[in-house]
Amino acid sequence: MTSETTMFKSVGRFIGNNPLVPLLILLLVLVGVLEFMRPGIVNERWIGNTIKFAIPLAMLAACQTLTMLTGGIDLSAAVAATISAFVMATQVPIVGVPLAICIGLIPAIMIGMVNGFGVAVCRVHPLIMTLGTGLIATGCLQVYQRFVIASGSVIPDGLAWLGTGRTWGLPNALILFVPIAILIIWAQRRTGFGRLLYALGSNETASRISGVRSWQVFLALYMLSGLIAGVTGLLYVGLIKAPSLSLVNPLLLPSVAAAVIGGTSIFGGRGGYSGTILGALILTVLGTLLTLLQMPEGLRRILFGLIILTVTTTYIRLTEQSR
Amino acid sequence: MTDQQAQTPLLDAKGVSKRFGAVVALEDASLTISAGQIVALMGANGAGKSTFVKILTGALKPDTGHVRIRGTERRVGSPAEARRSGLVPVYQEPSLIPDLSIADNLRLGDTPVADFQHWVHELGIDGLHLDDMISALPLATLRILDLARALAVKPDVLLLDEMTAALPTDLVEKVLDTVRKQADAGQSVIYISHRFSEIAEICDRATVLRDGATVGDLPITPGVEEKVVELMLGAVLDKDPTRTSTAAHCPEGMPRVTVRNLAAGTKLQDVSLDLYRGEVLGVVALEGQGQDQLFDVLAGMDSPTAGTIALDGKTVSFNHPADAIAAGLSFVPGDRADGLLMERSVHENIALPQLARFAKWGAIGMKKEAATVKKAIDRLQIDTRAQGEVQRLSGGNQQKVTIGRWIAAGVDTLLLFDPTRGIDVRTKRQIYLLVRELAEQGAAVLYYTSELAEVPAACDRAVVIFNGKVVDVIEAADADEQTLMRAAYGLTASAAVSA
Repeated sequence: MTSETTMFKSVGRFIGNNPLVPLLILLLVLVGVLEFMRPGIVNERWIGNTIKFAIPLAMLAACQTLTMLTGGIDLSAAVAATISAFVMATQVPIVGVPLAICIGLIPAIMIGMVNGFGVAVCRVHPLIMTLGTGLIATGCLQVYQRFVIASGSVIPDGLAWLGTGRTWGLPNALILFVPIAILIIWAQRRTGFGRLLYALGSNETASRISGVRSWQVFLALYMLSGLIAGVTGLLYVGLIKAPSLSLVNPLLLPSVAAAVIGGTSIFGGRGGYSGTILGALILTVLGTLLTLLQMPEGLRRILFGLIILTVTTTYIRLTEQSR
Repeated sequence: MTDQQAQTPLLDAKGVSKRFGAVVALEDASLTISAGQIVALMGANGAGKSTFVKILTGALKPDTGHVRIRGTERRVGSPAEARRSGLVPVYQEPSLIPDLSIADNLRLGDTPVADFQHWVHELGIDGLHLDDMISALPLATLRILDLARALAVKPDVLLLDEMTAALPTDLVEKVLDTVRKQADAGQSVIYISHRFSEIAEICDRATVLRDGATVGDLPITPGVEEKVVELMLGAVLDKDPTRTSTAAHCPEGMPRVTVRNLAAGTKLQDVSLDLYRGEVLGVVALEGQGQDQLFDVLAGMDSPTAGTIALDGKTVSFNHPADAIAAGLSFVPGDRADGLLMERSVHENIALPQLARFAKWGAIGMKKEAATVKKAIDRLQIDTRAQGEVQRLSGGNQQKVTIGRWIAAGVDTLLLFDPTRGIDVRTKRQIYLLVRELAEQGAAVLYYTSELAEVPAACDRAVVIFNGKVVDVIEAADADEQTLMRAAYGLTASAAVSA
């Protein structure tokens, strides 16, 4: 064995034990490149803005991370978020803010419930199930739009404050996001439910033999995913301030990418939410970087895709090396 | 036929050896067949039978030795090449593609259709259409189709692996008749079976494998069974008993588990047994006699088609393994890959059953959990140097984890399916000792093992299952391997009637 491969292996082992370190390094390198290209761009304002846009992405990516831990995925998350935002905004003129928020979250949870039922009881593959419910929900939203076209829509001030406001330079959205992130990271390690997500993703037969009733876990998981998506939608509409029928949809695939870059295996059983948060930040910084390059849109997308592929494959290679 | 032709055997395998890493699967296996002979290939579990078959069919390359068919060396190649070279196997699992029609399957294998239809008819299956989908046909029919397909290509040597398993009696008779007739017409056959009655009926010779070497080649004569069993066992090694008490075990009181006339799947026909607290009840069975289904049903993985299970005298039925666990039955599956979360830590694997219930979805008491896990690790002496991911552990340590997760919670009734398969001698011994200890502390243990030598070492009594039925109950203390082997092959006094 050459010394090069030995080094490669030991680097791999180090990464295997500390999977967040290379992501953090990558993030800092990207910020460094940005500062190099446009000296002075990295300031308090820029950092605040980056975090502000990374938060909805990271929240939507929570849906992907949690479902991916069981070997699933939630492709209806963006639609669920959009519906929540749209329904809430159109209900505010009719029923007032607090009730509108509650009504807005109901369809998101219901989408999750249908997903959970399909995956847990009918054993439909999550990819197909959530793709299907996503399409159905989009259709329902279009029908719903016709009924509320007259009443117009209002973004509550509170949500706008949460979505765009700052306190001491930091985005207010952190007030919502930090507790949610802490809760998810705690739950995935320190609760029975979190452990079962890993267990089901790692080996469903073994979980069954150990007495895990998988349908309960799947049902709860997809409902939780729907709820998180709904909350994301409310936050995002506060940031964008214009509800539309495809509000959160552009975030869907980046949310999957954030989870994957963050080290969560799409085959389940491996990964976690802390990596996903870094993944969301990396994607946001990368987006800024490519915008600055002043390339044509097409080329920018090609580069974006290539970088995601390179980062993910290298990362997986490095961590697999240690096994 | 010239003298030269008569002396050259059709198939001639000599001095074949094969090792996988440090494991020697075959050491010196030989087999010769002349035209028109049916030779039974026999050997206990782990004797190297399946490796030898793979080498004969050309799926594996031998390390040393040679396999010649009509005097030409066998090369390792594709299954199609194997077919052309004259040895055609029919395996226990049907090899037809389920989502294609019969005709399409024949086309894939370049099988002459007219010959195929002739054999199907000969074997007693009528009313088949070539357009029928394979997936719509019953298992017994598929096995016959497989055989007909093999016969249709007119092979020099036909290899039948447990051909008659899962066949109803009338078809078994048809198959045996046809094979014998073919042999009389000059076809050579290698016949692998656990059923002595069939071997006695159609075979000319029996070649016996033990520990990877051919140890005998006997003509089939009345009473040859005893000789074959002796050869399969070899010199019986003196095993240290792991039991502390030498007194005969006498079960008393209410059985912990009562099984009556249980049937499930295609293989488990009619099993009744009583398992008492404080005893280790062995299950002796050759591969595929229905023991898998017995354990699956007891563990709540599968539902029985007939019969009852009672715990402490109360009839129960399980819809999910969780029900069985709640009732105190813990199952350690035979395949470790079915029991472990390979990417997760030793800790998480051991703690899993305790978090399975809905009531435990909340916060985990980390300190309490760590203590329970540590207790299990200490008790089983699990090597925790690579505890981050279970897949990095050795086979023996992995097995300890699958057992340890039930010990951690305190075990009531343990269902162990072949817990010592493929693990080292030292760990095996630790497992026997643990099982004995658990029984002494009042647990009831049902213990299936594919290694007969383990039965006297670990069990109190043993039930023998043959063809999905209990054929005998043996006191394990005075059961030597020979008795067990004869019982497993259905050769006991009580089973002699059917033979």
